[in-house]
Amino acid sequence: MSDTTSAVAARIQQEVLAQGPGAVGVLDDAPAAVTLTDVAVDFGSVHAVRRVTFPLVANRVTALVGPSGCGKTTVLRAINRMHDRSGGKVSGSIRLGDLEVYGRATQPELIRSRIGMVFQRPNPFPTMSILDNVTSGLRFNGIRNKKILKEAAESALQAAALWDTVKDRLSQPAVRLSGGQQQRLCIARALAVEPEVLLMDEPCSALDPISTAAIEETIVDLASEVTIALVTHNMFQATRCADLTAVFLLDNDDHIGELVEYGSTQQIFSSPADPRTEQYVTGQVS
Amino acid sequence: MSTDLLEAPAPSPSGKDPAVAERRTMIQSSARHTLKRRRSVALAIRILFGTCTVLTLIPLIALIAYVTKRGIDAMSVAFFTHTPTPEGVSGGGISNAIVGSLIINGMALVIAMPFGLLVSLFLIERRGPIANAIRFGADLLSGLPSILIGLFAYSIVVVHTHFSAYSAAVALAVLMLPIIIRGDEEAMRTVPAELWEAGLALGARQSRVVRSVIVRGAIPGLVTANLLALARAVGETAPLLFTTIGSQIFSLSINQPMNALPIVIYQDGTTAFPQLQLDAWGSAFVLMLGVLVLSIVGRMFAARMTRKSR
Repeated sequence: MSDTTSAVAARIQQEVLAQGPGAVGVLDDAPAAVTLTDVAVDFGSVHAVRRVTFPLVANRVTALVGPSGCGKTTVLRAINRMHDRSGGKVSGSIRLGDLEVYGRATQPELIRSRIGMVFQRPNPFPTMSILDNVTSGLRFNGIRNKKILKEAAESALQAAALWDTVKDRLSQPAVRLSGGQQQRLCIARALAVEPEVLLMDEPCSALDPISTAAIEETIVDLASEVTIALVTHNMFQATRCADLTAVFLLDNDDHIGELVEYGSTQQIFSSPADPRTEQYVTGQVS
Repeated sequence: MSTDLLEAPAPSPSGKDPAVAERRTMIQSSARHTLKRRRSVALAIRILFGTCTVLTLIPLIALIAYVTKRGIDAMSVAFFTHTPTPEGVSGGGISNAIVGSLIINGMALVIAMPFGLLVSLFLIERRGPIANAIRFGADLLSGLPSILIGLFAYSIVVVHTHFSAYSAAVALAVLMLPIIIRGDEEAMRTVPAELWEAGLALGARQSRVVRSVIVRGAIPGLVTANLLALARAVGETAPLLFTTIGSQIFSLSINQPMNALPIVIYQDGTTAFPQLQLDAWGSAFVLMLGVLVLSIVGRMFAARMTRKSR
C-alpha cells in the first residue's frame, strides 16, 4: 500500500465522520423499492457474480462499489432485465415492490418503464432533437398528447438541471451538446418516464469534475422522488451521494464477484464489519 | 447525504411530490394499456418479415434441390477424373473443366486482389472528386453486363494474341475488381478512426499504420470481400465464351484454351443428347458445391480471425 492511497482512505474516512451521526441506522424496517435475494448472473459457463442479497431502499441513493470486474454493473443491469439481450442468465430473485422482475408473467417492457437507466457514456439518440430525446420514452410508452409531452420534457430537464441551458434550442440535434450536457439529457430522458427506480452505471466516468459535481448534486436532489442505484469507482462519489453502500469484491479462490458487505455509507467507510471491506476502502486491495 | 434515515419521514415508493405521483400513475397506465397494441404491432411486423424471409428462401432452396436431384446421377469417380467423351461414348468426365475453373479463377483472383486492395486504400485515404469518381466508376462497372467484360477482354487481349486461359483470367479479374474494391473499402471503414490516431500518435508512418492496424484489423472483411468476388466470378459464363472458349482436352497451359465448368453447362446443356445434358447438370452440381465450400471456408476463416483479434 502506498502512502498516497492511505492518505486518500484517511480523507474519505474524515469526510464520512464529518457528516455526523446521520445515515447510521437500522434499515430493516425501511421499505425497499427493489429487493435482490441470492442473485447470481452467469454468461454461459462463466459465473460473473453470485450471492447478492440487498435491498434498494426507497428514496435513497445506494452506491455499488468495488474493483473492476467484480459484477457491480452486471448486478445493476440484472435489475431492469438488460441481460435479456446480452445473454446473461439471472438466477435468484429480484423484486420491484411486490412484482417478481423475472416472473413468468412479468412483461420486461413494463419493468423497464418503471426502472430507468443511465449508462456509462452519454448515449442520446443521434437522429433526434433535444426535445425528442427527452420525450422518446413517453412516446415509446404510447403517450402522444403534445401538451403532456412538452410539460414532462420541461419538468424532466429541470430535474436534470439542464432546462435553462437548452430551453431556447429544444429542436437542435442532441449531439451538439457537450458531453456533460448530453449525460444530463440522458438523465432527463430517463426521468421523463417518471421511473420509480433509476439505475446509474458510472454516470460520471466520462465527464469532467465540474459536470461530475453538477450531476452528483442532481443525484442527491432526485432521491426525494426516485430510488437510485449508483455504480461508481469513485469512493468520494459514494460518500458524497449515497446513503447506503454495497461493496462487491472478487472471491480470492475462484475470482467470481460477490457482495461482501452492505450497510449505511458511513458505517461501510468508518467501521466496516468485514475485514475485506476495510482493506478495500482503505486502499489495500486493488 | 446527511439526512437521518431514522428520523426522515417514511419514504414511499411514490415519493413526496403528489404531481410526480400523478404523472407516474398516468404514464404507467399508458404503458400498460398500450402494451397489448405495441406487442401486436411488433408481432404483425415479425410475421411480415418472417413471411418475406420464407418467400425469399423458397426459390433458393428449390434451385439447390433441383440441381442436386438432376446432377447427383452424374456423380462417379470417372466424372471427376476423366476428360469429356463424345456423345455415345460413356465414361466421360469433367476433370479438365474442374481444373480449368480452378486455374482461371485463381489467376483472376491473383490479378484482382492486389489492385482491389490498393484502390480501396486510395478510397479510404483520399476524399474528393477523384475518389468519388473511382467509387462511381466501380459501382458502374459492377452493374455492367458480364458479356461486355468478355468483349472487352476479347478486344484488348484475344484479338492481339489468341484464345487462351489467361485472357479469361483478365476478363474475370475485371469482373471481380469492383466487388473487391467496394468490399475492401467497407471492411476497412469498420476499423475505428481512433485506431488510426492511436497509431499515428505513436509516431508511426501512415503506411505503417495502414499495414499494421487498418489492414490487419480488416482482414476478416477483406477475406469475405475477395471470396464473394471469387464466388461471383466462378459461375460467370459470358466472359469465358469470348476468351478461353472451352476445350475437350486436359490442358494446364495458360497459353491455350481451357475448359471450365460454366462452359460445360452452357455447351453440353444446350445439346439434344441426354448423356451430355447429364454432364451439364453434374457440372452445375459441382459448381454449386464449390461455391458452397468457398463460402463456408471463407466464413470460418473470417470468424477465426475475428476471434483471434479479440
